[in-house]
Amino acid sequence: MTTQTGTPLVEMDDISVSFGGIHAVDHVSVDLYPGEVVGLLGHNGAGKSTLIKVLSGAYQMDSGEIRINGKKATIHNPRDARKYNVETIYQTLALADNLDASANLFLGRELVTPFGMVDDARMEAETRKIMHRLNPNFQKFSAPVSALSGGQRQSVAIARAVYFNAKILIMDEPTAALGPQETQMVAELIQELKKDGLGIFLIDHDVRAVKELCDRAAVMKNGKLVGVVKVDEVSEDDLLAMIILGKRPEHLAA
Amino acid sequence: MTDTTGAPAGVPKRGFLKSLEIDTRLLGMIGAFVVVAVVFNLLTDGRFLTPRNVFNLTIQTVSVAIMATGMVFIIVTRHIDLSVGSLLATCSAVMAMLQTRWLLDWFGLDLGAASLPWLAILGGLLVGAAIGAFQGWLVGYLTIPAFIVTLGGLLIWRNVAWHLTNGQTIGPLDETFQLFGGIQGTLGTFWSWIVGLVATVAALAALWNARRTKVAHGFAVKPLWAEYVVAGIVAAGILGFIWVLTSYEIPSRVLSRQFEARGETMPEGFTASYGLPISVLLLIAVAIVMTVIAQRTRLGRYIFATGGNPDAAELSGINTRMLTVKVFALMGFLAALSAVVASARLSFHSNDIGTLDELRVIAAAVIGGTALSGGIGTIYGAILGALIMQSLQSGMAMVGVDAPYQNIVVGAVLVLAVFVDILYRRRTGD
Repeated sequence: MTTQTGTPLVEMDDISVSFGGIHAVDHVSVDLYPGEVVGLLGHNGAGKSTLIKVLSGAYQMDSGEIRINGKKATIHNPRDARKYNVETIYQTLALADNLDASANLFLGRELVTPFGMVDDARMEAETRKIMHRLNPNFQKFSAPVSALSGGQRQSVAIARAVYFNAKILIMDEPTAALGPQETQMVAELIQELKKDGLGIFLIDHDVRAVKELCDRAAVMKNGKLVGVVKVDEVSEDDLLAMIILGKRPEHLAA
Repeated sequence: MTDTTGAPAGVPKRGFLKSLEIDTRLLGMIGAFVVVAVVFNLLTDGRFLTPRNVFNLTIQTVSVAIMATGMVFIIVTRHIDLSVGSLLATCSAVMAMLQTRWLLDWFGLDLGAASLPWLAILGGLLVGAAIGAFQGWLVGYLTIPAFIVTLGGLLIWRNVAWHLTNGQTIGPLDETFQLFGGIQGTLGTFWSWIVGLVATVAALAALWNARRTKVAHGFAVKPLWAEYVVAGIVAAGILGFIWVLTSYEIPSRVLSRQFEARGETMPEGFTASYGLPISVLLLIAVAIVMTVIAQRTRLGRYIFATGGNPDAAELSGINTRMLTVKVFALMGFLAALSAVVASARLSFHSNDIGTLDELRVIAAAVIGGTALSGGIGTIYGAILGALIMQSLQSGMAMVGVDAPYQNIVVGAVLVLAVFVDILYRRRTGD
């Protein structure tokens, strides 16, 4: 279990984002500790994806502050986010279908030879190493990722984050497209990553998955934060009530 | 692990072609080209595959082939460039005006000055790259669809060329400049063979190096005999090509005129051959550089990644807007390079130079396997596509097919080629 002492890994403080007058994220504050998984729950359009895209650098916030390890962080684009070891695994997986696993794993951060040429052999060797750790059954190294199954694609996406020493991992519905076995594989992977002290934001629709995988859950509705709860202290119904009605469970109401 | 162990144990036995690891698509295109060549050779009683016609075919292909390599990148990034023919005309006009008027007026250079052609080429290349970059900026940063930007460019640059020259034909162009045209500038027998040998050695070294790298990382390599077969095919291809080109002898009346021009008389029985045209050498250099960009540089990797999934590329921190500018600038540069070849081949600049080239270039890229949906395409494919189109066209001309019918056939072949490609992809699943 998480020990919520010391400095949080990430503090998102009073974040607001609006698109043309609509408050997609309305003064929301969430934090994340090392070795912790925080689930972000809410309907489509509740603002959870927008909130997290501020952290991953895909969107800019209008007001608020992000602190990483207690220090103010400025994140304007995905490259900035990577500097803070924030890695994102997107719902759409963000893989280039026409390229192979290693080209995708190193996309934007290719290993190069002394002459500045991309070093495909070294990248493939590194890819083989990390995939051996994460998904030993993975064999299709030279096929374009369009030829891979959903789970294999997911493991490429996760490998990308892990390889580059992610400290803060953002997962957007990591198990949405997967079968039971592959979901189990991802769950085990998340446990592994927690042990290594990573902090994980997990965006999901599925209340049960959040109960299973997360330590705390932050629920959003209409751009506002309904509340942050420890998943062990609430039932699935409590979480559903938070999502649908925007109501904090009564036994936790202070 | 040593070279001679071949494939590691546990790798299932593979078929002959599989072992060679030759791209079946490449094989298909070469097959199509061979069929075209053999059929026309039969129809023309052996006139199609003479050294002379092969020579002509290659120099006719160069201009379109150079641009087709750039069009591959454009189409791979899900754009299109309809302006290349007109852009070629503007670059050609700029270079013609530079070497016949402007440089003389501005810098007081004399006609025939040694620096004249080079300054003109430099100017043309800069103009081409700048116009390309500008169009790329309109597409990438202002997000105007490439189809519209370059459709406008098709009209604009054709007539900018007309404006620059007051609609006149400009010529004759500088003699050094004309060396890039084809038959006016060839390497001759000796240097052609030197180039052929150097190319062969370089190709074999590249093959060997690729294998060594794979072995060093412990990846599976193809059996050694397969390496030798591939190496043999490559060497035979290069040297055979040089052999054909050096077999095309300069007609003796042309030779004797050359001797007369120098105030000498031609010795009895003297012969010389054209050999490798400089323009073809230029195309080969472009092909190598563009292939290296596509396969070995970050720029190339980002071009293909952006074509495969623009969002993924953006989220991976790739500046896709700047990438668009670069790709279009490269296209403009290559259009200018083609303008050198095309105008040098004519020995003058004319208003209609490069007319309809945009369609030939796009067709060459598409016949060569470039997918309009983006993400897929090869440089060698585009060049082969250009060669197949040119073969069809000049083959039909030799048979005596009228120009309108030639266009009907070429149009039908374009549609058929794309259909075959779709079938191929459906079957192989990539």
